[in-house]
Amino acid sequence: MMHYFLRKVVRLVLVLLLVAAATFLLLNLLPGDVALTLLGNEATPAAISQVRAELGLDRPLVLRFLHWLIGFMQGDLGRSTITQVPVLESIIDRIPVTAELMLLSQAFALLLAVPAGVLCAYKAGSRIDRLISSAALFLLAAPVFITAIMLMFLFALKLRWLPSTGYVPFTRDPAGNLAHLALPALAIGLSEWPPLFAVLRADMIKTLQQDYIAFAKAKGLSPAFILLRHALRPSSFTLVTIAGLQIGAAITGALVVETIFGLPGVGRMLTGAVYNRDLMLVQGCVAVISIGYVLINFGVDMIYALLDPRIRQ
Amino acid sequence: MSTAAEGRAPLMAPATGATSPLLARHRLGPGFWIPMAWTIMVVGLAATANLLPLRSPNDADFAVISNWPDATYWFGTDQLGRDILSRSVFGARISLIVGLLAPAIGLGVGIFFGMAAGYFRGRIETTIVAAMDAIMAFPGILIVLAVTASVGANTAILVLLLGFLTIPAFMRVARANTLVFAQREFVLAARAMGATHGRVLALEILPNVVIPMLIYALLVVSRIIVIEGVLSFLGLSVPPPQPTWGNMIADGQTDLGTLPYIAFVPSALMFLTVLSINLIGEHLRARTDLRGSAL
Repeated sequence: MMHYFLRKVVRLVLVLLLVAAATFLLLNLLPGDVALTLLGNEATPAAISQVRAELGLDRPLVLRFLHWLIGFMQGDLGRSTITQVPVLESIIDRIPVTAELMLLSQAFALLLAVPAGVLCAYKAGSRIDRLISSAALFLLAAPVFITAIMLMFLFALKLRWLPSTGYVPFTRDPAGNLAHLALPALAIGLSEWPPLFAVLRADMIKTLQQDYIAFAKAKGLSPAFILLRHALRPSSFTLVTIAGLQIGAAITGALVVETIFGLPGVGRMLTGAVYNRDLMLVQGCVAVISIGYVLINFGVDMIYALLDPRIRQ
Repeated sequence: MSTAAEGRAPLMAPATGATSPLLARHRLGPGFWIPMAWTIMVVGLAATANLLPLRSPNDADFAVISNWPDATYWFGTDQLGRDILSRSVFGARISLIVGLLAPAIGLGVGIFFGMAAGYFRGRIETTIVAAMDAIMAFPGILIVLAVTASVGANTAILVLLLGFLTIPAFMRVARANTLVFAQREFVLAARAMGATHGRVLALEILPNVVIPMLIYALLVVSRIIVIEGVLSFLGLSVPPPQPTWGNMIADGQTDLGTLPYIAFVPSALMFLTVLSINLIGEHLRARTDLRGSAL
């Protein structure tokens, strides 16, 4: 396990460096000049070169990258080109909202996918299996922003069960906080469970054909016990991998539902920054989200290794 | 050659399937033809939008602001009095242009690298796979946002960018299929007869790899349509007033409580189109997939 872990950590560091470099290059090699963005189109060449010098944009790319990387590792992501607020501060302010949204949405997705997957595998081919499987196929075609709008229309605007927009911190009003996050998280969860369900169902059907399951049945164990204790763990490897990959889709989901439901998260800040061409803020958000994504996938790999000792070799 | 030929037999066999239970099981029913008809209709309407007797999609008529769907305006009009039917038809263009061209780029480049990796193996494969993994280490949407933040968005940029981001997935499918076929006797036979690598790749492997790739491409098409929808919904795709399904839904969101049809019409169109493409892909996959068949 230790050897496997170390190898993975080395890989992780390489990937993180790569992500940092890519983020930096992406926003520094592309046309679109920060100085020009700051000063507007009527800026004199002298003013532009002065700002470029202040921002260090006149130095070679490699030096700029090293300078940026060192600052980055010390937590200095620069300041927003528009509001002048330190980028890291803005991100830290908004991370709790996005993190909670992600956690809740993953919980919704798994709460839908795992029971449905187990049930459909157990009753494979039955009417209930066909019903749930078709529902999954249909929901797979519903983009997250459409699901979000339908949920908002139904539960917030027509039934008035939940608020349509806004946000309250959990520390101030836990119930209100959950009420504001329920629909956004459900929207992401609904668009994420179909693939999770599909892989779990397929793997579970394969597991249920194994000899040890027949043996457990012969021992007289109850179907529920066999399904949950004997079959679920060996059937969940692909599920865990897919759940990790789905985080990428959940990031897209967060961008969208935070905007729709007016949640003050990192996603909404990022779309706003793209809209305003606030390149420093975009760079900071992209770097932080990508690193979070890489770290989560690293965590998923570790969980995978804990679940299945075979892959540590 | 046996399994490959059998696997593809249903595709090429004439409609004599009734005699064989295997073929009958894979006969394409309404579950395939209805989505196919819908997709053909959407593509046809979008392609001929200029020729259709529609109002201009950006023609704002203040006499009919927020007109619910009726006999004149089948899909109603929006808050600026623009005809939603016309905007829907023209909006389909962006979805389809981006949705078809981006995967075409990914398919072309991905199949090239994937076949090279799967056929030559060794250092070529390691390099290609590592490069593709590097692209996939990033959540793709962030690359799109970073680029649109610095250079802005138009159709060409979106096509190139989203096309680039689909390369790794296509590469993987092409590589996986090439690995299987590169080991087969007919490839060995071709090599033994003195065929060059290029000839083997183009004439022996490509025809076998291309069918699963095209079916996979359908899945990517529907995914790209959704991503373009997300971007235009967020106002980060082609600039207004050019209609897209995504920005029409965003326009509708502001009056969702009172004028829901403004958001619902483009939502339904996008949902049905994505669903249709998924169903077509699912049917074709089930039909050509060896493991899924009764062989």
